[in-house]
Amino acid sequence: MIKPQSEAELADVVRSADGPLAISGGGTRGVKVSGAALSLSELSGITLYEPGALTFVAQAGTPVAEIEAALASENQRLAFEPMDARALMGTSGAPTLGGLIAANVSGPRRIQGGAARDYALGVRFVDGTGAVVKNGGRVMKNVTGYDLVKLMCGSFGTLGVLSEVSLKVLPRPETQSTLMLRHLDAQAAVTAMAAAMGSPYEITGAAHCGALLDDGPVTALRIEGFESSVNYRLAQLKELLSGFGAEMTVGDAEMSFWIWAKVRDVSLWAEVPGDVWCVSCRASQAPDLVARAAPVGWILDWGGGRIWMRVPAGVDLRGTLGAYDGHATRVRGEGCDIARFEPEAPGVARLSQGLRARFDPRGMLNRGLMGPVADEVV
Amino acid sequence: MEMPVPDPLILARKARVVARLQGCLPDNAVIHDEAETRAYECDALTAYKCPPMVAVLPATTQEVSDVLRICHEEGVPVVPRGSGTSLAGGALPTADCVILGVARMTQVLETDYADRIIRVQTGRTNLSVTGAVEEDGFFYAPDPSSQLACAIAGNIAMNSGGAHCLKYGVTTNNLLGVTMVMMDGEVVEIGGAHMDAGGLDLLGLICGSEGQLGVVTEATLRILPKPEGARPVLMGFDSSEVAGACVSDIIKAGVLPVAIEFMDRPCIEACENFAKAGYPMCEALLIVEVEGSDLEIDHQLSLIMEIARRHDPVELRESTSTEESAAIWLGRKSAFGAMGQINDYMCLDGTIPVSSLPMVLRRITEMSEEFGLKVGNVFHAGDGNMHPLILFDANKPGDLELCEEMGAEILKLCVEAGGCLTGEHGVGIEKRDLMSVQYAPADLEAQMAVKDVFDPQWLLNPAKVFPLDVSQARRAERIAAE
Repeated sequence: MIKPQSEAELADVVRSADGPLAISGGGTRGVKVSGAALSLSELSGITLYEPGALTFVAQAGTPVAEIEAALASENQRLAFEPMDARALMGTSGAPTLGGLIAANVSGPRRIQGGAARDYALGVRFVDGTGAVVKNGGRVMKNVTGYDLVKLMCGSFGTLGVLSEVSLKVLPRPETQSTLMLRHLDAQAAVTAMAAAMGSPYEITGAAHCGALLDDGPVTALRIEGFESSVNYRLAQLKELLSGFGAEMTVGDAEMSFWIWAKVRDVSLWAEVPGDVWCVSCRASQAPDLVARAAPVGWILDWGGGRIWMRVPAGVDLRGTLGAYDGHATRVRGEGCDIARFEPEAPGVARLSQGLRARFDPRGMLNRGLMGPVADEVV
Repeated sequence: MEMPVPDPLILARKARVVARLQGCLPDNAVIHDEAETRAYECDALTAYKCPPMVAVLPATTQEVSDVLRICHEEGVPVVPRGSGTSLAGGALPTADCVILGVARMTQVLETDYADRIIRVQTGRTNLSVTGAVEEDGFFYAPDPSSQLACAIAGNIAMNSGGAHCLKYGVTTNNLLGVTMVMMDGEVVEIGGAHMDAGGLDLLGLICGSEGQLGVVTEATLRILPKPEGARPVLMGFDSSEVAGACVSDIIKAGVLPVAIEFMDRPCIEACENFAKAGYPMCEALLIVEVEGSDLEIDHQLSLIMEIARRHDPVELRESTSTEESAAIWLGRKSAFGAMGQINDYMCLDGTIPVSSLPMVLRRITEMSEEFGLKVGNVFHAGDGNMHPLILFDANKPGDLELCEEMGAEILKLCVEAGGCLTGEHGVGIEKRDLMSVQYAPADLEAQMAVKDVFDPQWLLNPAKVFPLDVSQARRAERIAAE
């Protein structure tokens, strides 16, 4: 395994590579590509943290745990609530900052707080020719030139190897609670979650899960903030949702934390067999998509805008979903030839392909992961 | 500001280009008379003017596609234009270009409160997007101060922000999907009413690309439920250092205000003379606004005021009513008008790390003395986005150039402090030649590679964003290669 000790060394490695490179941070997300293993684990450490400016800068291989500990000491956090994929994927290792950004990993709070890409302020990366590029910076508002920071987020290393990332962070709220509506079906759950998210009570998590508690489905709505405010909004929300006729219970901070860690990490399906897919869709279409695909298991997050589906190994979920606004990603399930990412419409595919051809003309970086490489296209 | 020499071969083809455009647009949508094209000679950076060869006002995505296909075939540069409110010259024409204005594309195409989205044609103004949903208790969050006039198309091109983006983010954080027409006329759909567009984040790339990658004709935007209420507190301090420290302490304390606005003495004085808002005369004034129910607002304001008291404010005024809130905001909202009463001004837009605030303000004061030009500072302190307003006299020969020189020095200072050239206005022509202060050649090369992919002949919105010599050389190279 190649482990560069510095950004300059990383650039040398890429420049002089004579075959594809398989880039990994902590290797926890089960993304497998062929090529010489290139680990960023030695490019590690927080280089700047200004709590008063809500920003930090760290090298790409910095473990997420180290970042979260530093933020916690100032009562701050990564507001996009990144998933720890180890349980679901059955992997070990330490999730890294670069991995979070390269995969644009966002959790339940995405509905209110935004995705990982919304918090990324700046990047440094090495493109497929070995050139070191920086974009963005460490300030919250920056429209200077094209936003390659967003482009790098979610590019899964196919356009460049991240060496440094700066992120915006947010204060950690005083407390949280979760209102649980019991025994709703998918349609009622999505309608209730939409009503909650359409209220001014700032819902920071909206999920529906059949198997979270032993005694039947739970529709969970999280509220965070100062204690008095959380209590106020909980009461308002109960009133707002009383028309659904569901039994309602309130999970305290500890219970709330437990629920959202489960939803975030999809850890209910750790060691449960089957392939796992993540469907990004228009929330109101979720009940219909679940009915069409009839998966073995399903969990609604983002008020229905993200559906986790578990299907028997090797099943191509895309074939069962029909037409809808969104896309499906195969998250778990190797050994089949189903594309991990949804194939793109021709016009968009041409743009993506064009970008790959420019940023990685030799097809060295996580080759083929997000689509065909330059020399494979006729 | 130097602009490219118009291509005589294109100018010679004007009659043919006009005829072809008239073939696909209604008669009144193709403006080619020199008396009429003058209406499009500049945007809100009025120091620079250049009438375009032709201006067109398509009404549909199909018409935009037809226009771009024709211009592509004819090799004519196209400058997309929203409402022309750019302060950076983002919509400044070249003499040989076609201005593509989206002013006739103002329809709301879909509103869905369950999924909390609105889909609009991009000529619709920012405020009228909120206008379409506010009766039902929703709003569109990004609120640039030109929101009454500015179009969503321009907001997307410049990734516009506003006073409330500390909490709600800027355009890119509220944009879910676009219909975009490429320079060759091809129509692409990216994202939609779902949270995360698939594949590479092209949406993020397009937002803020200053109309150089494609023309966005329709946009799916996130709308949010209106908060129950909002109220500000006003605080005055006898130094900007103390005000800066107070901002930092508020943020560290875990309160996230929806806005933190800062004004310095020259700006306070101007606003007071102009709007009589009853502001205290002091070195630095903060307006901090929070949202929620009355009870939640009271709680947050009490925490904020407790922090402020630790910094010995010369004034601390909590709003307890809608009227008092309006009085507190009155001066701030008239700041640009107030400065404009004194003289012509140039509005800068650099961002700095909040921690560098006192140092940067001190240096700006020194520069003001050195250049002999007055500067007022008003800005979004929560996110470090500064708007120094440099006063000059447009009728005095050399004053504009002196002002530009000083502006460039301030922006270089922002970069030196760890910040950037522009926080929300965009690069346009105004800051293009400073791009090499912030970015090394390899950094610019990566951005230009994106341009090559989307617009291989560099026809869209020429002479913006990149240093002129760099972009002109690139364009010549690309045309030779085609």
